[in-house]
Amino acid sequence: MPEKLIFELGRRDREGVSVPQDELKTLNIEELLPKDFLRDKQPCLPEVSEIEVVRHYTRLSQLNFCVDTHFYPLGSCTMKYNPRIGEKLSSLSEFTNLHPYEPEELVQGALKIMFELGKYLCEIGGFDAITLQPSAGAHGELTGLLLIRAYHEYKGKKRSKVIIPDSAHGTNPASCTLAGYKAIEIKSGKDGCIDIDRLREELDEEVAAVMITNPNTLGIFEENILKIAELTHSVGALLYGDGANMNALMGISRPGDMGFDVLHFNLHKTFSAPHGGGGPGSGPVAVKRDLEPFLPVPVIVERDGKYHLDYNRPLSIGKVKSFYGNFPVMLKAYIYIRMMGSEGLKKASENAVLNARYIISKVKNDYDLPYDKPPMHEGVISGRKFKEYGIKTLDIAKRLLDYGFHPPTIYFPLIVEEALMIEPTETETKETLDAFINAMLNIANEAKNNPELLKNAPHKTPVRRLDEVKAARDLKLRWVENKGGL
Amino acid sequence: MPFIPHTQEDEREILDSLGIKNKEELFSHIPQEIRLNRPLHLPQPLSEVEIEKEIQKIASVNKGVNGYISFLGGGSYNHWIPSTVESILSRGEIFSPYTPYQPEASQGTLTILFEFQTMMCELFEMEVSNASVYDGASALAEACLMALRITKKEEVILSSAIHPEYRTVVKTYLQSAGFRVKETPFKKNGKTDLETLERNISNDTAAFAIQNPNFFGVIEDLEGLKKLRESKDILLISCIVEPISLGVLKPPGSYKSDIAVGEGKSFGIPLNFGGPYLGIFTSKMEYVRNMPGRIVGETIDIEGKRGFVLTLSTREQHIRRAKATSNICTNHNMCAIAATIYLASVGKNGFKKISEINLKKAHFLARELRKRGFELLFDSPFYNEFAIKLRSPERALNTGLERGFIAGLPLKRFYPELEEGLLINVTEVHDVLSLEKFADFLEEVKDA
Repeated sequence: MPEKLIFELGRRDREGVSVPQDELKTLNIEELLPKDFLRDKQPCLPEVSEIEVVRHYTRLSQLNFCVDTHFYPLGSCTMKYNPRIGEKLSSLSEFTNLHPYEPEELVQGALKIMFELGKYLCEIGGFDAITLQPSAGAHGELTGLLLIRAYHEYKGKKRSKVIIPDSAHGTNPASCTLAGYKAIEIKSGKDGCIDIDRLREELDEEVAAVMITNPNTLGIFEENILKIAELTHSVGALLYGDGANMNALMGISRPGDMGFDVLHFNLHKTFSAPHGGGGPGSGPVAVKRDLEPFLPVPVIVERDGKYHLDYNRPLSIGKVKSFYGNFPVMLKAYIYIRMMGSEGLKKASENAVLNARYIISKVKNDYDLPYDKPPMHEGVISGRKFKEYGIKTLDIAKRLLDYGFHPPTIYFPLIVEEALMIEPTETETKETLDAFINAMLNIANEAKNNPELLKNAPHKTPVRRLDEVKAARDLKLRWVENKGGL
Repeated sequence: MPFIPHTQEDEREILDSLGIKNKEELFSHIPQEIRLNRPLHLPQPLSEVEIEKEIQKIASVNKGVNGYISFLGGGSYNHWIPSTVESILSRGEIFSPYTPYQPEASQGTLTILFEFQTMMCELFEMEVSNASVYDGASALAEACLMALRITKKEEVILSSAIHPEYRTVVKTYLQSAGFRVKETPFKKNGKTDLETLERNISNDTAAFAIQNPNFFGVIEDLEGLKKLRESKDILLISCIVEPISLGVLKPPGSYKSDIAVGEGKSFGIPLNFGGPYLGIFTSKMEYVRNMPGRIVGETIDIEGKRGFVLTLSTREQHIRRAKATSNICTNHNMCAIAATIYLASVGKNGFKKISEINLKKAHFLARELRKRGFELLFDSPFYNEFAIKLRSPERALNTGLERGFIAGLPLKRFYPELEEGLLINVTEVHDVLSLEKFADFLEEVKDA
């Protein structure tokens, strides 16, 4: 029996909670507001009891794969385990009940956490200053690019372009456009890394920044990073780092030491805050000293043992969201860093790399490794050899669901045909890794010997393969009474 | 180390299988000069019991709305949250998946987001909603960018009675992309000056944006806005920062808004020191392909069963890259889920009741203050927030802290010309007795 929508449950006038008492029954809203301000048609909201609410959403939750129930090696997303202590402590009412406009002296605890988290992130990344304001990685990218823009404008040179490798996350070019820059894509070299000669050709005084990820989106470390930084700086451009792949580097190598001027972190990836079905995340942006004056306001500063929100920053780019950022996500990252310490963070990165390399080494012969370089925390294989059996990477992904695994990221990076991007993270046991490897190898066999099985997969999920073309063609983006159901 | 399960033996087996001696070798291709050859300067690691003590110690320094009766609003409103919300959100199946890229394994998240979109369309009386953006401020900025894409024009006009932080965010987003942002003033009664606005509209103007109720809590001239929208060829963007108001007040669709955005914090999301909150984004159907962010659509599976998927992804950054309608990837789904459970729980009748209680309690306090000789800063209809005139709002705030009140937000912080204004927000969490006490307190400090 498929789960109904909440609108298809309940009955007229059924109530789900006891709403607060109306102590002012004698007041009449028609006397408080002019009639033409008042809504005439009430919104159609559910009319369900509390138990219907709880059962409905509990049942829906059970239709999800998630880190708590399934191995979720979604490359580039770093789906590692989220320690429960983070959930517990971030829901303390001393944090959840803080209003952003309370006087500073009432919120010293929260400010202390933000200030210290900022310091730790600067140390981990090798930077001098930071803003915690952005809500997500891509929001951090936009912020970072706006900082770069402000820096160049302050120096009297506007500059118009940002260079991005063709392997970059899709958000990188989109953020460039949003920041008013033209995104110049350069092709990756044969080894999957940045082609230094192509980079040199594109670099001129119009380039504001080179925007890259290291390790890159193939999971490969850009060994020429110092050269790339030198070339970038030689034309006065800045080097932007997409921090989505920081999980490979903690305690091992610091982007700031590689020559990056700006880097965003994804707290929900590297620092173990849950991904919430697609957010909230948090995308702090760390910078070298030269870019500090342009950080969004307010910046948290410490004076005489007290923390303050400093708005007096005349060169600031302004704000990228209201208030200060996604506080509970910051708090979870703070807790994680304090529990791991230097040694723990290093071990996390080492084991993330160890696990990725293990999986890739075990599956690369049955699939195909398009760039045979040692993978860092994630690796990209290709399913192109199964095309002769009529099997696409999508079919492989769907079949993995039957084996009880969330599939890797597919069709990314775009430069790899039929790509599967696998990121196991450090929090998985060897038993899980081995089970996944077995499933991948079984599927490779099935693709050759029983391709129909894959084409019709998944077989065991609550719904079978969904028609995405129909969804885009016959747009149904909301439930409509009497028409919503089947 | 509890979060990293490998034993030494596990590690040994994997290293052997890879044919390498130790973990250092995994990184041998990273140039020596950029290898970190020292530990990170971080505090010593703590066990779970130690971090718990440490965080509780830090937490105890905070003084939130627990310890005080707070009248702070200004874009973040303190509302009661039904227990169902936290209970369901605390399930791992809700908080520990990611963006539903594989719909067959994500029907839970997708179904809830489809319900969310439906609820937002209902509340705002708009035709289409996305599955959330970061917060109200970024929603407004994205709305302005969307209007500029639709009209292919160059400027937007903002009412200066929009939340000051929202206006700053809009400017940060738009000006770097080469667009112009103009502001139009508010009148003595706190409402946006529509006559001046009309004169400011040029051929370059893509859209005009208002907030309702606006930053001062004042309800805008909805009839006037509607007429203006009908007579001028520019888009109307409405921003609803306190959506609990929609149980009482006319929704954006009814006054011809083309794009209506909002802050969904009031729907089951804690104050959280300012975030994460919930950006609501709705529009007319004809603009759906210009909309930013993720959208969930209904479809069927190969057996004909109803199911839900992310759709219209050709607008998005992973397909269109530099030409995408926005760069949003991780959005605020969990907050959208909270809002959905909140609205399902309070339901049709409850929502209306809560909305009315907010209105009544705020008006009750305003009445009590008027009885005590106070003047409202703006003589206009308001919903659950209003400004009063005081000789020194700062002093009221400081004295209030000694007496257990956070008296409100001095308007001077954002509007230097309104130095006598104290913005006061009342919601269903305030009881009548505490409102009376607060009125007495303000009367005491009135002339100080």
